[in-house]
Amino acid sequence: MVPEIGQISLALALCLAVALAVFPLAGAHTGNVRWMEVARPCALGMLAFVALAFAMLAVSFFRHDFSVLYVAQHSNLKLPAMYRFAAIWGAHEGSLVLWQLILSSWTVAVALASRTLPQVLRARVLGVLGLVSIGFLLFILLTSNPFLRLFPAAVDGADLNPLLQDPAMAIHPPLLYMGYVGMAVPFAFAIAALLSGRLDRRWARWTRPWTTAAWMFLTVGIALGSWWAYYELGWGGWWFWDPVENASFMPWLAGTALIHTLAVTERRGLFGNTTLLLAIAAFGLSLLGTFLVRSGVLVSVHAFASDPARGLFILVFLAVVMGGALLLYALRNAATNPQTGFKLVSRESALLVNTILLSAATVLVLFGTLYPLALDALDLGKISVGPPYFNLVFILPMLPLLLVVGAGMHASWKATDTAAWGRKLRAPAAIAILTVIILTVAAYGFAGVLTGIGILIAAWVIASALRDPVAWLLRRGPKPRRSTWGMQVAHCGLGVTTLGIVVVSAWGVETDRRLALGESLEVSGYEFQLDRIEDVQGPNYRAAQGVVNVSRDGRPVTTLYPQERVYEVQQNPMTEAGIDAGWRHDLFVALGQPLGEEAWSVRVQVKPLVRFIWLGALIMGLGGLLAISDRRYRVAAPKEDES
Amino acid sequence: MTPRRRRMVAMTGGLVCLVAATALVLTAFEQNMLYFYTPTQIAAGEAPEGRRLRVGGLVEQGSVRRTPGSLEVRFDVTDLDQTITVAYAGILPDLFREGQGVVAHGLVSTDGLFEADEVLARHDENYMPPEVAEMLEERGHPPDASLR
Repeated sequence: MVPEIGQISLALALCLAVALAVFPLAGAHTGNVRWMEVARPCALGMLAFVALAFAMLAVSFFRHDFSVLYVAQHSNLKLPAMYRFAAIWGAHEGSLVLWQLILSSWTVAVALASRTLPQVLRARVLGVLGLVSIGFLLFILLTSNPFLRLFPAAVDGADLNPLLQDPAMAIHPPLLYMGYVGMAVPFAFAIAALLSGRLDRRWARWTRPWTTAAWMFLTVGIALGSWWAYYELGWGGWWFWDPVENASFMPWLAGTALIHTLAVTERRGLFGNTTLLLAIAAFGLSLLGTFLVRSGVLVSVHAFASDPARGLFILVFLAVVMGGALLLYALRNAATNPQTGFKLVSRESALLVNTILLSAATVLVLFGTLYPLALDALDLGKISVGPPYFNLVFILPMLPLLLVVGAGMHASWKATDTAAWGRKLRAPAAIAILTVIILTVAAYGFAGVLTGIGILIAAWVIASALRDPVAWLLRRGPKPRRSTWGMQVAHCGLGVTTLGIVVVSAWGVETDRRLALGESLEVSGYEFQLDRIEDVQGPNYRAAQGVVNVSRDGRPVTTLYPQERVYEVQQNPMTEAGIDAGWRHDLFVALGQPLGEEAWSVRVQVKPLVRFIWLGALIMGLGGLLAISDRRYRVAAPKEDES
Repeated sequence: MTPRRRRMVAMTGGLVCLVAATALVLTAFEQNMLYFYTPTQIAAGEAPEGRRLRVGGLVEQGSVRRTPGSLEVRFDVTDLDQTITVAYAGILPDLFREGQGVVAHGLVSTDGLFEADEVLARHDENYMPPEVAEMLEERGHPPDASLR
């Protein structure tokens, strides 16, 4: 009964989504106020039914209802309760229900928080979100029903993929989806602006907090995924330029460009068309990411061809959504063309450069991700594109971008007094140069020109971001606004992440060695001794656990316990690294295979400042939060001519 | 300089930068493209020398040989027609098994050995490297079967 309730709920949610799309959009077109007013109750009802469906799926998991195919495939009697809950989004069908739950939540959030918006705009935004919901609910009901029954019911389930039985992996998808799906909100605002043919500064002010919120979730979600890959995939890499990672990174790049052009549109009324295109692109790339991850096309384009329903659905949906949006963009000229310009040295120029470089990075990553798929689909050969390509095409735009970020933060709108600007940048520049000298000479040792440049720009961004807050603390500057604080904190986070990436790439040490019991190995001044291997029994796995004593100059530092686990149901071996996390560096040990004669292959790593990579992302997210909390987003809409 | 000449200089500079960046990107792309070859293609001498490539197939049963006291390992990869020996020094992936599908990245050396710098295996019980699965299918071998 429970799964049937879930399925009926999804069908009812679809009905409400249709109502949510049709009445407000038609009402906005004809000026029918009562039709427009339908939007809010429809959104609430849709959320209620989707939440009910989600709850029914959760109940099926908690009750071990193995007559539900999806539960039988992804759970097990021995699976701990927390992972039974996380298993809801552990595979395709359930993750779509989560996706729709989050989309409905965003829709309701917009419905409730948009009382100050003009009625027509509100109706159009909610109507477009309803259209997107129709697409995803149809996708679930037609191709990916999580409530399909299995007859006869399974005695026990096939268990959740061991890689996903991990706390970070339990919350990574919801956060990432919050970001992905959140990009639907600025998209809906963009379409609403195109439909009304009006894009002004108030529109940008209303759109900004939503975009920043989605961006914030995306940032933290991606960082969490990277952290998970670092310790759970077992081998200490934190970014692989894997198509799945690129799928989440491309919307982030476009979204980052979007929050910056929105700032220009709000403050100066410029870049309107760019803002619209980026809003469309960010959501389009989110949909593309869904397609890449969910269609099976990455496993093989031919696997996609052999079971085409799902992939084809998303592809058609993507084509309809993007085609429709771009057609609308081509037909309507929503952005006003203001007569105001800006000087070469101004914040607008910096943000223009920012937009160009971020867009270039997005396009180049997109090219590297899709080219092998296209080639394979046309039977022109099987290629893969290696990480060095992505590293280069990413670093190439990022180096100048970070330089501009540090300088642009202190430029004024319209025209900058270059003398005052130069004075402001003196201290950050000095600090950046000093940091390079300290790190490359005193702390780590010289490691190439590029590393020096990397540290220089990272320190430059951090110092420049902190300049005004520090001046304020020393009572030498004005108190910044919340949104300015947010901007500075987020840029500081960007610098911290960059610093972590540069330092760990330049001075991280990786060693693969054969270690017999009792033998030891020295890495970066630390002595790693493999003391013994013991057997460990977990709730649903057995493991060989290494006991590795780490010492420095004869003094014990810590003991690490890397494991080689075998999960009982799926019988897959899995490496669980032993990590001593620290501010200065991580000590990392992973067990490979037993090599006989009581010896194991072992990977030992010392990773300086690796935590900065994720810490910086968290700081960026915090910056986003600060920016959203700015009062001006909550006060009633200002008049159009307010400056 | 007149504003007009200044604009000309700026545009030329921008264009030069753009061309240089494009050239750099295309070179990087070209250098980092890894083509997939089967053991049969390599045996027929189709693989380019001195260029990194990917080779895939099934690990021949009983072919894994370790050099005592080190991480060096050799194993034979077959597409059921031809076989190539892969040499690798490092930690093999968790799901590396004799009789299962594998993909190796590296270079073909002059003595016909494939010197791998990276070895990839399945992610889970059901997964077979797609190239290997298709290759086997073309040879009339069921894609989910392994050598027993």
